Amino acid sequence: MSTSTDHGRPDPEASTLALTRDGRPVSDRGDTVCVVGAGASGLTAIKNLREHGFGVDCYERETGVGGAWNWRHDRSPVYASTHLISSRPFTQFPDFPMPDDWPDYPHHSQLLSYFERYADHFDLRGHIWFGTEVVRVEPVAGDRWDVTTRSTGGYGPERTSRYAAVVIANGHNWSPKLPRYEGLEEFRGEVMHASSYKDPAQLRGKRVLVVGAGNTGCDVAVEAAQQASRCWHSTRRGYWYAPKYVLGRPADQVNDALLALRVPLRVRQWLYHWTLRLTVGDLTRFGLPKPDHRVYETHPIANSQLVYYVGHGEIAPVPDVARFHPYAVELSDGREIDPDLVVFATGYLPRFEFLDPAVLGDEAGQGRPKLWLNAFVPGRPTLAVAGLVQPDSGIFPLSHWQTVLFARLLRLRVTRPDRADAFAARVTAKAGERYAGPVKDSSRHWFEVGHADYLRAVQRALHDLEEK
Amino acid sequence: MKVRVMRGREWARPVRPVRREVLGAAPEVEQGRPPLLFVPGFGHGAWAFAEHWLGHAASRGFPAYALSLRGHGDSGPAPEATLRAYAHDVTQVAAGLPRQAVLVGHGAGALVVAHALARYPARAAVLVAPVLGGWATFGAALRSNPVGTLPAVFGGPLRLHRRQLFSRELPEAEARRYADRLGRAGRRAQWQLLTGRAAEPAVGDPPVLVLGSPDDRVVPATALTRAARRYGSAPLLFPGMGHDMMLDARWREPVDAILDWLAKDPAPTGRP
Ligand SMILES: Cc1cc2nc3c(=O)[nH]c(=O)nc-3n(C[C@H](O)[C@H](O)[C@H](O)COP(=O)(O)OP(=O)(O)OC[C@H]3O[C@@H](n4cnc5c(N)ncnc54)[C@H](O)[C@@H]3O)c2cc1C
Ligand SMILES: NC(=O)c1ccc[n+]([C@@H]2O[C@H](COP(=O)([O-])OP(=O)(O)OC[C@H]3O[C@@H](n4cnc5c(N)ncnc54)[C@H](OP(=O)(O)O)[C@@H]3O)[C@@H](O)[C@H]2O)c1
Repeated sequence: MSTSTDHGRPDPEASTLALTRDGRPVSDRGDTVCVVGAGASGLTAIKNLREHGFGVDCYERETGVGGAWNWRHDRSPVYASTHLISSRPFTQFPDFPMPDDWPDYPHHSQLLSYFERYADHFDLRGHIWFGTEVVRVEPVAGDRWDVTTRSTGGYGPERTSRYAAVVIANGHNWSPKLPRYEGLEEFRGEVMHASSYKDPAQLRGKRVLVVGAGNTGCDVAVEAAQQASRCWHSTRRGYWYAPKYVLGRPADQVNDALLALRVPLRVRQWLYHWTLRLTVGDLTRFGLPKPDHRVYETHPIANSQLVYYVGHGEIAPVPDVARFHPYAVELSDGREIDPDLVVFATGYLPRFEFLDPAVLGDEAGQGRPKLWLNAFVPGRPTLAVAGLVQPDSGIFPLSHWQTVLFARLLRLRVTRPDRADAFAARVTAKAGERYAGPVKDSSRHWFEVGHADYLRAVQRALHDLEEK
Repeated sequence: MKVRVMRGREWARPVRPVRREVLGAAPEVEQGRPPLLFVPGFGHGAWAFAEHWLGHAASRGFPAYALSLRGHGDSGPAPEATLRAYAHDVTQVAAGLPRQAVLVGHGAGALVVAHALARYPARAAVLVAPVLGGWATFGAALRSNPVGTLPAVFGGPLRLHRRQLFSRELPEAEARRYADRLGRAGRRAQWQLLTGRAAEPAVGDPPVLVLGSPDDRVVPATALTRAARRYGSAPLLFPGMGHDMMLDARWREPVDAILDWLAKDPAPTGRP
């Protein structure tokens, strides 16, 4: 069993049949499945594969589980004040409830303890090789995979093992997406991406410009309103700033009550606009730009405080940045402001640095795989991606069902190959399918899914797979 | 019934938290056995298992716990409790245990366990004298105890007579003492016992053991066979015992059978 400090790898007793291209032995792991990453998605992959009878080797570059939710991990995008934006019922795994006396929107430290308990409860740690980074995943004959690993940071020799299947669960909120601006190099102030924002002390007493109004940008702007000496918040469009509570209940719970009644999108949009009008009011009165889209057409913002601080003059909404000067930032309306710290909360892009992008149908290599159910790869029946979704709810139930579906599929490859083939044909036919209403064209919406549409599609896929 | 992935109604109306009584007994040496969680039936509390079974399981190396469903024993009051709230109580306690648990439900507690199995992948499950609901259950109860059973349909308490619960081997005084401790389940839950939907399929394919007594005056032998068949096996029978097998004079036999079965480490069903 590995401990959190060993740089473990599976027992080398496995037979070494083949050689890698550079002549190193490949140890054959038989029917074992490899999982890349032990964040929430990787953990649920291990658990569900084990539950379906598979051996699992998981590689994790960090020394603990929890991925993004362990804010000490060097790539964690989580900051001190992060609380969930999706309420508890939408965030917990469907078969491992969070304690019901936790708050509606738990803190990131509670999330981490939840994932640690999940790992212990289902005895997952013994299958995880910590401090081990996957550097290459290559297809070999017979739909099998050669996975090459080494100690995180590049120490020690590389090792290659051959697996029956691979689940990629490496997360998609760690590689910053940084916009380019004229004059940025000459700017004398401090510039950072929100991924390195950890603590409000970083803002204290500064004149701060926050760029971007995803949930990160809104959180940082709210903290700047309380800590910084000034806060400008630049957005390139208007948004719907939805409160975390409506009608006295977590907003997502109210929405799902309507979804359960199958209220159509247009009606839900109308109801939401109307509720926002009654509660938050007309945002243009605060100087915020009018949204250029209907609600649900950009990834939902859940933030009750942003509008509040705008109303108190602590956040000054400003338009898009046009260019940088050494001591000033020029905005698209010609105004100049003089921040001494700029935080780009402009989001993240997925990265699969260990894989030839063509394998995932991303020939252009821009980080946008072409998959079915955001998880299954045409022509690669033994490969799945878990957690590559951005839902209007928590990610974890989606990762759970993705990996259940994959485990069942792998099982059927043995017992009912005809079914597995029919599934493969559906993957090819339906790759690229979307599970959300219309969304604004932005790379941040590549993986946007409506949780109801998405989960219904997964449910259909499960039933089609197993229909008697 | 099929797996339900989209559970909007459930998410939109989470079950309220409540204080939950959990009693436990730990083995002297940790032997790596899975923890057992005992779920009492309607009217019973964790005490029913604390009497004999918890200590016995622990003495055989199994960490053992019993909970009181809301509105029972020393758990918080819950007159409006539903079956869903009861199943929620079980999954909450189970998920709070250090390792994947075996769920053991007795009487209507077996129905609660059947529902909980759809929301928590138990290591294994045991249904003891299971009351899985429906009008057939009611018919049997009505025949052996019309006065105690009939009011339950109209929202009154379901009263089980001590002679339905225990064999004649149990001394009268003890039987009376146990019967006096019985409480009652929520009205809505009682109604759902008759009319509620069947449980969704169990997640994680746990192995399931069914046991009972052919002389149980709450659960007829045919119901035991039916329950066991649902999980692809036959019931283990303990003739001469009453419904409350964990309290009856020969309480040791069924619990030993459960522990023997678990010690053999039964494989999950449905593996290739
Ligand atoms: C500020 C913030 C708040 C968020 N809040 C929410 C929320 O409220 N609800 C929600 O559902 N989501 C939220 N998210 C989204 C978040 O990304 C997911 O919750 C979650 O972290 C996804 O889990 P994951 O396992 O897919 O990825 P991660 O948590 O990123 O885990 C991936 C793991 O893989 C490991 N790994 C990566 N590459 C390799 C490699 N080559 N070899 C070995 N190991 C590797 C990493 O070390 C990491 O441990 C939030 C994101 C941010 C930025
Ligand atoms: N639990 C929490 O509290 C919490 C907190 C933070 C984040 N999250 C989650 O984490 C994920 C990532 O969120 P995020 O806020 O970091 O990223 P995001 O959702 O991708 O938002 C990025 C923001 O930056 C803007 N932007 C991107 N490129 C830009 C450019 N070149 N110029 C100007 N503006 C640009 C986007 O505008 P456009 O709309 O025009 O593209 C958007 O407003 C989301 O799923 C989010 O819900 C959760």
